[in-house]
Amino acid sequence: MAEVQIQNFTMNFGPQHPAAHGVLRLVVEMDGEVIERVDPHIGLLHRGTEKLIEYKTYLQAVPYFDRLDYVAPMNQEHAYALAVEKLLGLEAPRRAQFIRVLYAEISRILNHLLNVPAFAMDVGAMTPFLWAFEQREFLMEFYERVSGARLHAAYFRPGGVAFDMPAGLADDIYKWADQFPKMIDDMEALLNDNRIFKQRSVDIGVITAEQAMDWGLSGPMLRGSGVPWDLRKAQPYDVYDEMDFDIPIGKNGDCYDRYLLRILEMRESLKIIRQALDKMPSGPVKVDDRKIAPPPRAEMKRSMEALIHHFKLYTEGYHVPAGETYTAVEAPKGEFGVYLVSDGTNKPYRCKIRAPGFAFLQATDFMCKGHMLADLVAIVGSMDVVFGEIDR
Amino acid sequence: MSEALRELGELIQASLPNDASGARIAHGELMIDARRESIVRVLTFLRDDSNCQFKLLVDVCGVDYPSRPERFEVVYNLLSLRLNQRVRVKVATGEETPVPSVTGVFSSAGWYEREAWDLYGIFFSDHPDLRRLLTDYGFEGHPLRKDFPLTGYVEVRYDDEQKRVVYEPVKLVQEFRSFDFLSPWEGMTLPGDEKAKG
Repeated sequence: MAEVQIQNFTMNFGPQHPAAHGVLRLVVEMDGEVIERVDPHIGLLHRGTEKLIEYKTYLQAVPYFDRLDYVAPMNQEHAYALAVEKLLGLEAPRRAQFIRVLYAEISRILNHLLNVPAFAMDVGAMTPFLWAFEQREFLMEFYERVSGARLHAAYFRPGGVAFDMPAGLADDIYKWADQFPKMIDDMEALLNDNRIFKQRSVDIGVITAEQAMDWGLSGPMLRGSGVPWDLRKAQPYDVYDEMDFDIPIGKNGDCYDRYLLRILEMRESLKIIRQALDKMPSGPVKVDDRKIAPPPRAEMKRSMEALIHHFKLYTEGYHVPAGETYTAVEAPKGEFGVYLVSDGTNKPYRCKIRAPGFAFLQATDFMCKGHMLADLVAIVGSMDVVFGEIDR
Repeated sequence: MSEALRELGELIQASLPNDASGARIAHGELMIDARRESIVRVLTFLRDDSNCQFKLLVDVCGVDYPSRPERFEVVYNLLSLRLNQRVRVKVATGEETPVPSVTGVFSSAGWYEREAWDLYGIFFSDHPDLRRLLTDYGFEGHPLRKDFPLTGYVEVRYDDEQKRVVYEPVKLVQEFRSFDFLSPWEGMTLPGDEKAKG
């Protein structure tokens, strides 16, 4: 019998697929059921954020950051606010810093509550998703109460936060924090020793620490491989240095470790939330500089100067001294950085957004090589990719 | 912190006298200019030298300065977990001049360079797979250049008769509104101003 030439099979995955986490399109080259090469085609959600920001004032650029990683909007704003503050040479008031840390951690839980059960659903477990979305609803309510918007908050602004927390909100966050661990326990009970879940995730998509660094991975993807690196500890911003929390790290660098890590991170975030609420001082939530932060509404009714300041701030905006900075925060997905170049005018000259998911997705090819097609779904699920920030 | 950064900058300059120059610290961040031809050498040194150990290439991006003779700047942001420091390496390049690709040094550079090629048209030589990344299939031009209009050149819509998406030149129903609130008088010396200062 003559030898038959077997060709690799090229398959299209997505962009409209339940496991594609949005609009991921993969062109997969397969040898039977085994993946030879993965070529992610991204950009289907490209909105030209960086270009648009160059045409907006510094304040108008804030809402664009909500729309990057729309699962944890405030962490993106955090990076931008810190970058602009660095160029302006000012620091947010203490109360604002505590509120930011509080809400950054709420966002982290918000993010992990989407990612963990979505990963579980990718490999076959439906229930955690429903439970997590109930909790997400509570958290988005906290978003709404503090900023007026459930998702696109535009709450962290250069120079502080937009508004102070309303009365009673802190108590409600406390109450929520008391009942939340129960839900994590339930979720762990369903997944941790689940045979199917473990079959699908243990030893799948293993990355060593060296490889993780080579591919520029960060956040849980890097810590899952046993690298104790968290910007909240290593390069603390705002009041993270006053918080007492631990950095969980993984051992094997597989999908299962990354899942466990995110569960533990939620518990640590809860610790930070409690501390932030306990230690939160009273005081202003915006810098006391009328050239940067708007005057209170009441003052505008009487003071001509306040009115002028308000008008100038919302038309011309403030000027940022020429300079450049790369400022990064530990977003739930990993290192989220903003490279901001200012030319001294009221608009950013260049604002490069460094999204953690971009590096993760780039590593898909290397992580999936030699795995089965079904593992691809588990690997993409455990990477925690959101296309808003990858495509920008 | 800044003392350590200054020493680091001096060390890098001393070790690579022909390739790296202009170490400076601004806002607590170290910046270094590198020669375009030797960027691979500079990054390899930064990654492997025991005093640097910048094992993570966090980001590569382009910046467009149309007024400069070499209009583009390629900015490499590196992170060292060991030192807990960051360094920013900059390379100047023009529209025609290629920048050597650093994909051989850091695997993560692959997509970042593709992105810079896509958005700015900065060409990276020896890149294994320099295709467009973020823009549409068949897109023309480099959208993040300063001379590329914000509205772009083409728009898409679904054509009911042809039963497919068609591309058409952009038609704006109202004129593009660019609000320029910058005062033309700011920073300008009007005749007679010198008397007030003198």
